[in-house]
Amino acid sequence: MTHWLIAPILIPLLGGILQVFMGYAPIGLRRTLAITTTVLMLASAVVLLVLASDDSYRIYAFGNWQPPFGIVLVLDRLAALMLVLTAILGLFCHIYASGGADEGNRQFHTLFLFQLMGLNIAFLTGDLFNLFVAFEVLLIASYGLLMHGGGTTRTVPGLHYVVLNLVGSALFLIGVGMIYSATGTLNMADLAVKIPQVSGSNVNLVKAGGMMLLVVFGLKAAILPLCFWLPKAYAKATAPVAALFAVMTKVGIYAIIRVFPLIFGEGAGELANLGMDWLFPLALITLSMGVIGALGANNLKTLVAWQVIISVGTLLAPIALGSEAGLSAALFYLVSTTWTVAALFLVSELVASQRGLAADNIVPAPRMHHRTFLSVLFLIGAVAAGGLPPLSGFFGKLLILQSVEPGVEMAWLWSVLMVGSFFTLIAYSRAGSIVFWRNLDGHVESPAPLNNRVSISTGILTCMTMVIVVLAGPLSDYTRATAEQLHNNSGYINILQTPVHVPQNPIVGEKN
Amino acid sequence: MELLFALVIGALTASGVYLLLRARTFPVVMGLTLLSYGVNLFLFATGRLATGQQPVIGTAASYSDPLPQALVLTAIVIGFAMTAFLVVLALRNLADNENDHVDGQQENTPAASKQEQEVTSK
Repeated sequence: MTHWLIAPILIPLLGGILQVFMGYAPIGLRRTLAITTTVLMLASAVVLLVLASDDSYRIYAFGNWQPPFGIVLVLDRLAALMLVLTAILGLFCHIYASGGADEGNRQFHTLFLFQLMGLNIAFLTGDLFNLFVAFEVLLIASYGLLMHGGGTTRTVPGLHYVVLNLVGSALFLIGVGMIYSATGTLNMADLAVKIPQVSGSNVNLVKAGGMMLLVVFGLKAAILPLCFWLPKAYAKATAPVAALFAVMTKVGIYAIIRVFPLIFGEGAGELANLGMDWLFPLALITLSMGVIGALGANNLKTLVAWQVIISVGTLLAPIALGSEAGLSAALFYLVSTTWTVAALFLVSELVASQRGLAADNIVPAPRMHHRTFLSVLFLIGAVAAGGLPPLSGFFGKLLILQSVEPGVEMAWLWSVLMVGSFFTLIAYSRAGSIVFWRNLDGHVESPAPLNNRVSISTGILTCMTMVIVVLAGPLSDYTRATAEQLHNNSGYINILQTPVHVPQNPIVGEKN
Repeated sequence: MELLFALVIGALTASGVYLLLRARTFPVVMGLTLLSYGVNLFLFATGRLATGQQPVIGTAASYSDPLPQALVLTAIVIGFAMTAFLVVLALRNLADNENDHVDGQQENTPAASKQEQEVTSK
């Protein structure tokens, strides 16, 4: 059964390679094969979710090379949750893209599938250097996707995005190198064992390396001083790409959740809770900054791009406090916010396609076609993102608020989160009322028609927020168990003792 | 040897960062290249410096740590791919904006080209 672990990587890899050679095949065939790949990937992710829900760790060692030296994939509840989250998001973005957004670039599907593969490697890997490789795989695909669709407005934000991420990669390597030179290992489970034993001048070396990793993950997650590249890049990208990118900042957050509690957790001696004191205030400032940006946005996509930053702040604040309840609440909110933000990107694009020259700018324009459908979708998205009661954003924020213990942190978190949510709502109501209500006379003459793929995928992704509400019980049970598993990391360390090698061929076994 | 190695890494990184901060695409590309050389050498040194030892276990009594060499090899390959992409993107930037500034325009661009950019951005 352990061979299932590699399925979410192999499926998009094979699908992507197939797409490379199909650049000149009919577009219908390419789309069918690409979406089949994504559906298979979702199926494999669900299988892994079922496997992981028994609280055990499963490992897959490439070529049977034993950890800590071989590269291993590790499946636990967190990895499985992220895989399913990404697979569902990827599927709907892909269906949306096949409604016409993938035209004009023969390798769109290749890049899209490779991006999904990079994300899956990042979630499954149990090795710091392999995490770097996964980051590079998903980044190089994302560079291509960001540029997709042409247009001169995309080159400058794209250039900034690429340069920043290359600098980030350099810092990542330096951090990894420092940790390796002091501990002699890069396997995360092995690091969790070796880091508490680090002594003397090596402590500072590991500390510097760890902080550098935090900076790099912070850059991916777009924490405040490192977040200004995001709104421009995301707002300029094609809608399905921007929607898929909604999970990219979550990769940074995932890396923080994975690496820091494990190797710099409570048991790390002198290095316990490294960097977490910094993270909490930064998260709150990021949240405030996101709200200010959202209030100042002058088109819908920029508004949603700032929403990405708001959700990063909201997620990192409870994580930085290091409590189990906080982590569980953050994971619940992570699922909710990823889908909501992605759906809002898709809705913005649909709105833009119906408004002619006004596009998605927040200005009065002639009445658009399909106004009821689009406004309902926007309303659902905005309510979920702002955190109003019936939808999942509310439950996520409620869990986060409940998870803080009384004290200074509670005062800060409650006030920033509440006031922030209030102003987010103002930003959405302002945008929504101008775009949907303040109409000029007449209709836009020839709006792009909405086809089924585009409207159905956007509709379903938007309604995922209601699905989360319906499944709130099982989901929060799952996230609670995940947080428990992450906090009790002796299980993760034990994977080093697990015998990986199972003799496949009894004859070879006898000879030995 | 350690001092020389450290100086080289320092010089490469410092020049890299300096060039990176120049707001022109060509120096930025060069800066990133130098920075990645610096990083690769640094990574190489994390397995401790040794001369005349093979990174193959079992061929000699003492051996050089093979893991950083594997890491460097991966990092070099990835670095090449990224630099190639960046060069193409920088050329595209030059073609689109008729300007090699990383922001696509200089502060004192002639008004005409600025208007042109606004039109295209709309």
